[in-house]
Amino acid sequence: MTRFRVAVEIVPRRGLLDPQGKAVSDALHTLGFATVSDVRVGRHLVLDTDATDADAARAEVQRMCEQLLANPVTEDFHIGLPEHA
Amino acid sequence: MKVGIIRFPGSNCDEDAYHAVVDHLGAEAVFCWHKDHDLQGAELVILPGGFSYGDYLRPGAIARFSPIMREVVEHARRGAPVLAICNGFQIACEAGLLPGALLRNDHLKFVCDQVHLRVESIGTRFTSRYHVDQVITVPVAHGDGRYTADADVMARLEGEGHVVFRYVNASGQVTDAANPNGSMRNVAGIRNAAGNVLGMMPHPERAVDVQLGSADGLPLFHSIADSLMSEALV
Repeated sequence: MTRFRVAVEIVPRRGLLDPQGKAVSDALHTLGFATVSDVRVGRHLVLDTDATDADAARAEVQRMCEQLLANPVTEDFHIGLPEHA
Repeated sequence: MKVGIIRFPGSNCDEDAYHAVVDHLGAEAVFCWHKDHDLQGAELVILPGGFSYGDYLRPGAIARFSPIMREVVEHARRGAPVLAICNGFQIACEAGLLPGALLRNDHLKFVCDQVHLRVESIGTRFTSRYHVDQVITVPVAHGDGRYTADADVMARLEGEGHVVFRYVNASGQVTDAANPNGSMRNVAGIRNAAGNVLGMMPHPERAVDVQLGSADGLPLFHSIADSLMSEALV
């Protein structure tokens, strides 16, 4: 077993109202960043997990996302490349 | 009627629920600690409001894995009544007892107010003591109450009459101004297909005494008691 560090990004699904993202987007526009068209505010998780290889670590984190870390009704997730912790 | 009120770390409407069913309804109630596997013979299970596990990750996301949730889900599968209020509604959605999810209020602020609800369906074991389209006054207190579901789920809820309460104005009209959190189609409370699980963001247990603003929540508890009584007679 090797210890891997895996980062997960969870963001509100596109198409659903994200009031935090909208507030941030409005503030950016107020500051003059007129190029910004959309902001989504989500969560960033970093997990240390033991697995036989990087693929296994990723598959395990995928299951964690499906069962707990992300809400399948409202959120999308992206799993980063596992690194040696 | 024996009522089991589930206590999670961070529950804060457990005592209100107890007060409503014991002092105003005359029912028997027990608190069920979330780490136990014992509903103590409760006929009605209440998942109370609060901030279980500090709303960590998402409201209700951790509480749904509390040991006692196994018994609560089993209780619901048997067709026995579950009343899920506020954080309890969030937990029930996370646990898959009800469809959809409760997201951050559209205005990002915690809302603490008296709201008007329209009773959309009286053909449930939770609402038989109300009359059709009755407008009731019940408090809300939440930061994450925006009911959200995908288009298919929403169509099914509406098509099959599973929306039980809707946010309305004082004259019973569905308006944006009457919607305290941006819920889709002003949904304030829904039931499952089997009709034995009700989830709602407003607090009927805090509307049981006219001297404290409203007793409009009381018929809900009487309705449940009636339904259990008629089951016992069958």
